[in-house]
Amino acid sequence: MGYLIGKGEDAAFWAKLRQDYDIYAPKRFPKQGRFSDTDIIRYDRVESGAEIVFDEKSDYPAKEVLTPICQAILYFTEDEYRASKASQRPILLFMRPCDIHAMQHQEKIYLENGGVADLYYRRMRERVHIVLMECSEGWDTCFCVSMGTNRVEDYALAVRQTEQGLLFDVREDALKTYFAGQPAADFQPVFVEKNSVSVTVPEIADKELLLKLKEHPFWQQFNGRCESCGACTIACSTCTCFTTRDVIYGDNPAVGERRRVTSSCQVSGFDDMAGGISFRKDAASRMRYKMLHKFRDYKARFGDHHMCVGCGRCTDRCPQFISVTATLEKMAAAVAELSSASK
Amino acid sequence: MNNPIMPVPCEILSVKQESRHEYTYRVKTDIRPKHGQFLQLSIPKIGEAPISVSGQGDGWLDFTIRSVGKVTNDIFRKRAGDTLFLRGAYGNGWPLEQLAGKHLIFITGGTGLAPVRSLLNHCATDPGFARSVRLIAGFKNEEGIIFAEDLARWQKCFQTTYALDKDEKAGWRTGLVTAFIKEIDFHAFDADYAVLIVGPPVMMKYAGLEAVACGVPEEKIWVSFERKMSCAIGKCGHCRIDETYVCLDGPVFNYQQAKYLVD
Ligand code: SF4
Ligand code: SF4
Ligand code: FES
Repeated sequence: MGYLIGKGEDAAFWAKLRQDYDIYAPKRFPKQGRFSDTDIIRYDRVESGAEIVFDEKSDYPAKEVLTPICQAILYFTEDEYRASKASQRPILLFMRPCDIHAMQHQEKIYLENGGVADLYYRRMRERVHIVLMECSEGWDTCFCVSMGTNRVEDYALAVRQTEQGLLFDVREDALKTYFAGQPAADFQPVFVEKNSVSVTVPEIADKELLLKLKEHPFWQQFNGRCESCGACTIACSTCTCFTTRDVIYGDNPAVGERRRVTSSCQVSGFDDMAGGISFRKDAASRMRYKMLHKFRDYKARFGDHHMCVGCGRCTDRCPQFISVTATLEKMAAAVAELSSASK
Repeated sequence: MNNPIMPVPCEILSVKQESRHEYTYRVKTDIRPKHGQFLQLSIPKIGEAPISVSGQGDGWLDFTIRSVGKVTNDIFRKRAGDTLFLRGAYGNGWPLEQLAGKHLIFITGGTGLAPVRSLLNHCATDPGFARSVRLIAGFKNEEGIIFAEDLARWQKCFQTTYALDKDEKAGWRTGLVTAFIKEIDFHAFDADYAVLIVGPPVMMKYAGLEAVACGVPEEKIWVSFERKMSCAIGKCGHCRIDETYVCLDGPVFNYQQAKYLVD
């Protein structure tokens, strides 16, 4: 069953929704972009549909709501650690199909890996109700169809922006009351079925081939190009890595908080240990580590899907214009070359 | 909701200075790690780091940490009666059922001695555990020597080779541990042995290759990896190599798997 929330007549609708839900969606932050006079679109709390950016892809992914860039996880004193508190209010999270799939990919790590669920992810995830933002045709760097992340069946609400207002498909019963009395409309979300970019992820047959691929000279080109800034992984819909850091409030080293801070395998020092041991000391090996995680390792561990959802955000954000799809093509060529050589 | 990263307070029972830079902390706890497992220790102002358990008994365990580098952490000001925060134990530990009753060859580099210390002590106190113990322990230099007292004690019950990389020391050899592996007569063990290698990544790589070159079958070799670990529960990604999480699937790996674990 669909509804139209008419433009200009929606104040009461959003006010009622806001009473019970925190609404998070892509929002425009004027003049905060990378280049002068450009905006940034990222997730934030919104008051109404008018604030939500529908006609552009957000620069940063929905994961910023689920896993904030920096959050206090524990508070400590001389003799105890206490977990930080969290709100219980439900969240309506406006997400495109790629971000919804990305959330499911991240769940494998945060909730399932090692058989224990991370408290901080779980308590946030349990608040989230999915609002699917329909993509009509995608953008130039998208390749969701290749990654199998273009369609979503499971959502609480789906939404499309039209001239007249917002069309909603309401799946979750608890949300139906908010739409009572609104004009009915025929709406089922459609999905992107073709992107301008498509990729084929190479099969890496065995561990011997993997070893050879790690040593393949093509990775070396990234030593001259990649700045190891980590912008790609910050923008990535699926990257999950974090570091913990303690912050001391005053002079007493025993009183402070432990924070979880997003970290990046692309930045040098990611794995440095006390005692001077470090791994992946150049940009080439870090790029190799990231690419193989996205397009081999994750799937090897968790099964069905590759870790990349084809959102193209890494390509969009890279100051060196390194394209993930072009890099994947090079990797595929290297795999093909090594496979035929070993036959 | 259960919070798997919540550290628990443990009272320090004693602090013992082992050498110029090393301190062994004995804490009161009911955590009973398996040999080769590790704990996450909260270090004031820094955060958490994995530490290996160097000894344990009823209601207590020991771990040894080094005060090196520019910043001497507040942890070294802690005294008996103070509190430390720990969580764990994590990881798989050494496969005791595959080691028991065999000739055991330990090859360690530097602080790589820590993850096998409790197992070595177990072999020393329970002579029935291993058929024989051979220990090759190498250190960069005199400053780098850890567990000096243990080394002296083990000399009496195990067949030992101690070495410094480049420097001379009375009663010690000079050279990398990899150079001494070929002195071992593996055939004399009648296929009933296991080799345990722990140390810096480069040392483990070459020690593994050398052991294989000496005819040791890969499945008889075990290694223990050390990695940066922010969570120890498979979430933070720091310890990952390919589809393997060292904190969950390791730190101990059989060489058949470890040889493919290239960072
Ligand atoms: S690797 Fe790039 S395209 Fe793939 S999910 Fe991450 S940001 Fe999107
Ligand atoms: S690929 Fe681009 S965005 Fe990613 S670390 Fe390198 S320079 Fe930065
Ligand atoms: S230490 Fe965090 S994933 Fe292993």
